[in-house]
Amino acid sequence: MEIQDTIEDVAFNLLKQAVIRLPSDVKEALQRAYEEETSEAGKVNLKAILTNIEFAEKLNTPICQDTGTIIFYVKAGAQARGLEKVEAALRRATKRATEEVPLRPNAVDPLTRKNSGDNTGRFIPFVHWEITDGDSIEITALPKGGGSENVSALGMITPGEGIKGLKKFVIDAVIKAGAKPCPPNTLGVGVGGGADIAMKLAKKALLRPLNQPNLNPDLRKLEKELYEAANSTGIGPMGLGGKFTVLGVNVEYAHRHPASYPVGVAYQCWAARRATARINADGAVEYSTHKAR
Amino acid sequence: MTVFKLKTPISEEEIRELKVNDVLYVTGTMVTARDAAHKRALEYFEEGKTLPIKLEGLAVFHCGPIVKKEDDKWIVVAAGPTTSTRMGQFEDEFIKNFKVRVIIGKGGMGKRTTDAMKEHGAVYGAFTGGAAVLAAKAIKHVRALEWSDLGMPEALWIFEVEEFGPLTVAIDSHGNNLFEEVKKKVEEKRTTVYKKLGV
Repeated sequence: MEIQDTIEDVAFNLLKQAVIRLPSDVKEALQRAYEEETSEAGKVNLKAILTNIEFAEKLNTPICQDTGTIIFYVKAGAQARGLEKVEAALRRATKRATEEVPLRPNAVDPLTRKNSGDNTGRFIPFVHWEITDGDSIEITALPKGGGSENVSALGMITPGEGIKGLKKFVIDAVIKAGAKPCPPNTLGVGVGGGADIAMKLAKKALLRPLNQPNLNPDLRKLEKELYEAANSTGIGPMGLGGKFTVLGVNVEYAHRHPASYPVGVAYQCWAARRATARINADGAVEYSTHKAR
Repeated sequence: MTVFKLKTPISEEEIRELKVNDVLYVTGTMVTARDAAHKRALEYFEEGKTLPIKLEGLAVFHCGPIVKKEDDKWIVVAAGPTTSTRMGQFEDEFIKNFKVRVIIGKGGMGKRTTDAMKEHGAVYGAFTGGAAVLAAKAIKHVRALEWSDLGMPEALWIFEVEEFGPLTVAIDSHGNNLFEEVKKKVEEKRTTVYKKLGV
């Protein structure tokens, strides 16, 4: 098989897996939330979520009607073959998935309001590139829901306020978001860099599994504090009140300009959809979030 | 919390039994309506024209479903709720004129709708956002498609449903609004949360 065909097939599979089956860490977090939730309305909604997940898997149909904006993260080994063909293959995979899975066509021209009908368009699907050592290509698909995207936030904190300002900004964003992003959510926080870098890191943070602790002990502590604070607001599942407003908080950081303290907040729906696979130089494929199907 | 299972047409008396936090399952006839359908229905009422279906006692669902046609039959693939606040400008008149008893959506509605529900006897049932497969499974049959010129998501889809839910009663017919209560409580907690974080 030609490398571009392998990439297209793998990306198609990733999109299909992502919108139909949640990664096990997300399912476990939702199950735990259901068991530990004390509010009646919260429990009812978490139970509905778990049943919906089960039905989607059984019927092989997307979990939610909003199958999101399609975003890919590619870690490309500098020695890998066919890198110039990756973007075109990802576009073909997106079109195919739109027709065959199916995905809802979610790519609209902001000026003419015309929907392309196949989830592709200018810069969409968006591809984030990272060049690494080696000869393999790792692809992650992130179908990003619109309702949760609408409550994203960027704050340019005064550096003097520092970490305190960050904490306040994140909690204010959570309270302002309320019921809108379909809680309980995964919360991504990006700190430092610049405005664009903080937002990019915040969204990238959504990719880290909920059961994988941050390797940096200071960030681990910060994540725990923000998690507990978000869940003590009482917003709860679907904003109907309860203990679980977020399933997890993941923080990423970059060094910052002495005069700037950018904080990005990205949200993912309770249906925290993502899927990853690696294509090795010999064409062998390893799926890491979902079993190969 | 009490679980109610109601069949359409639902009477005012039945709906007045429900309180916020109760759970409701609806069986019978449910009609989808978003912004455009609400607007047109109210225009029809003004002009004295009859609607394609008599809405009294029925459930209205804020939803733009994904529907496919198989062997000349409509099949609902996904039917999750859409954000209800967009219909806030129409819903009070809609409830008053058509005597619908259950409004279904996500995210809740404001004071105008809450007041109309109290006055005329209706409730708002919150359906879990994103739970599109669960919703589609409860839709047993597509009875009719009306106003298809509005486009698939905006049209009036008339569904026969069986135990459609769970719906959390988030606005009852006694002036209670669960979303507003939660928002108020969250606002009251804000300073405690700040303090805990040391900010």
